[in-house]
Amino acid sequence: MTSYIIRRLIQAVIVIVLISLFVFLLMRLLPGDPLMLFIATNELTQISEEQYQALLVKFGMDKPVPLQYLTWMAGLFRGDLGRSLFFDENVSSILAERLPVTAHLSILALIIAIVLGVTAGVICALRRGGFIDTLVTSIANFGISIPIFWLGVLLIYFFGLYLRWLPIQGYTSPFEDLVLSTRQLIMPVFCMAVTAMASKARLTRSSILEVVRQDYIRTAWAKGLRERVIVIRHVLKNGMIPVITMIGMQVSHIFGGSVLIETVYNIPGMGRLMVSSVFSQDFVVVQGCSLLFAFIVVMVNLLVDISYGWLDPRIRYG
Amino acid sequence: MSQDIKNTTYFSEMKARVSGFERFRRVFFGRKIVVFGLVIIVILVITAIFAPLIAPYDPYEQDLKQPLAQPNRNHLLGTDSLGRDTLSRVIFGARISLLVGITAIALAGTVGTALGLIAGYFGGATYAIIMRAMDALMAIPMLALVLVIASMLGGGLKNVVIALSVGAVAMYARMMCGQVLAVRENDYVFASRAMGANNLQIMLRHLLPNCFPPLIVVMTMQMGVMILAEAGLSFLGVGIEPPVAAWGAMVTDGYRFLLTNPILSFAPGLAIMLVVFAYNMVGDGLRDAIDPRLRGTL
Repeated sequence: MTSYIIRRLIQAVIVIVLISLFVFLLMRLLPGDPLMLFIATNELTQISEEQYQALLVKFGMDKPVPLQYLTWMAGLFRGDLGRSLFFDENVSSILAERLPVTAHLSILALIIAIVLGVTAGVICALRRGGFIDTLVTSIANFGISIPIFWLGVLLIYFFGLYLRWLPIQGYTSPFEDLVLSTRQLIMPVFCMAVTAMASKARLTRSSILEVVRQDYIRTAWAKGLRERVIVIRHVLKNGMIPVITMIGMQVSHIFGGSVLIETVYNIPGMGRLMVSSVFSQDFVVVQGCSLLFAFIVVMVNLLVDISYGWLDPRIRYG
Repeated sequence: MSQDIKNTTYFSEMKARVSGFERFRRVFFGRKIVVFGLVIIVILVITAIFAPLIAPYDPYEQDLKQPLAQPNRNHLLGTDSLGRDTLSRVIFGARISLLVGITAIALAGTVGTALGLIAGYFGGATYAIIMRAMDALMAIPMLALVLVIASMLGGGLKNVVIALSVGAVAMYARMMCGQVLAVRENDYVFASRAMGANNLQIMLRHLLPNCFPPLIVVMTMQMGVMILAEAGLSFLGVGIEPPVAAWGAMVTDGYRFLLTNPILSFAPGLAIMLVVFAYNMVGDGLRDAIDPRLRGTL
């Protein structure tokens, strides 16, 4: 077990290094001179050659690319992600401001997706072929197919503009105004959760149906156990394993969704930061955002993999 | 009890008699929802091919005399801010949707399958390098990755397709690699090698055909994912460039007129959802018919 965790940890580190290399190279292939953006936004059109050189030095772009990468990597260990060209501010402090917003939305979305999705899937599987199963399965099938930005637009139209129940955009910290914050979060969180919820429901349903067919479930019935015991102790315990393995993937999807949903609802999180930085060609910020997103996904996957053995003692780490 | 035994023999006999194709046909067409999905895809293909014949108007023809018309007899879904017929634009959008889906999947599928095949077959360092790189690619949220690549390349149909396929490639590589690892220990692979087949021959003649069926399922389901991602990109403004009629971009265009002309956003979004739904249902059907063991993982 310990050796497995160590091996898995080394693997995660390698993946993170590869991600950083990938993200870095991707950004260097950007056409155009990113410094020109800085010059344009700060109205330094009358810049002299010397000043330009000084700027190159300031942003560390005077060195060859491999050295730039190593410098950036060295900075990562100190929590320094470089300096934004557009905001002229440290990327790490920008991210520190934006991450809590996206984390707030994503964690809520993930919890809702898991709780509702798994419950729906279990009910469907246990009442297979019934009315509830047909209804919920159809809803889930549409849930994995809906473009979430469009769902966002629909919700804004009905609940925001037509019924005027909810504010149509913005984000407020829950520590400032809990009621407003919650009201503002309902629609975006729902949009971010909907795909994960639907796919969780589908996955849980088929996984449970698979377990219900197993011999040990028949044995449990034959022993005369009550349904509740069979469901909780045997069916759920075994049926949840594939559902849990997918959590890492779903975190990644929810982050991807935040790019769209934060744009639709005008929420100042990492997703919208990423979109605006892509447009302003602020590659240092894009780099930092992608890396942070990927880092969290890798960490979640790591935790999921390690928790495997605890959840399913049959799994031996070979 | 005897009844049970009778049933078992009956089923095993039936299994033996029914050919693979027949079984596929029965399972695949056995569910109404799958057939429904298939019908939608057929309609999509027909619409895409015959768009100029079906569409009542030219999707790019502006009629500045009646911008933002509400749905009426002449314009069933109304017109957009430039007076273009919404219905015609939705119909022409089918072309983009189909084209993006097919080309992105073909590109990602080819490259991913090749990478997975090589990684799984050679193992060792090759495996480690390719698969860790794929892990890295998969860790970045797909939409973020695709957004960055598409904007870096500068938008447009071709660049969107390239970006989408980079976003999808890891999935195929991983899937294929897993398949190859399972198949390569089979006797026929050893037999083939004993008869002097080289690596390339073994990979193409034995591993590829035996590993491919589950990939077909993934490809079908990924069609929907690609279309959603393309629509998302167009929504963010880095996708297909205007004035090309792409559903995602139409949702964005209509967004500005949500209060007065909600249909401008609703119609193209509904089209996206129906098409993605169809691909998912057909994917489900294929999965059950080709390889039911994949249930629970896909």
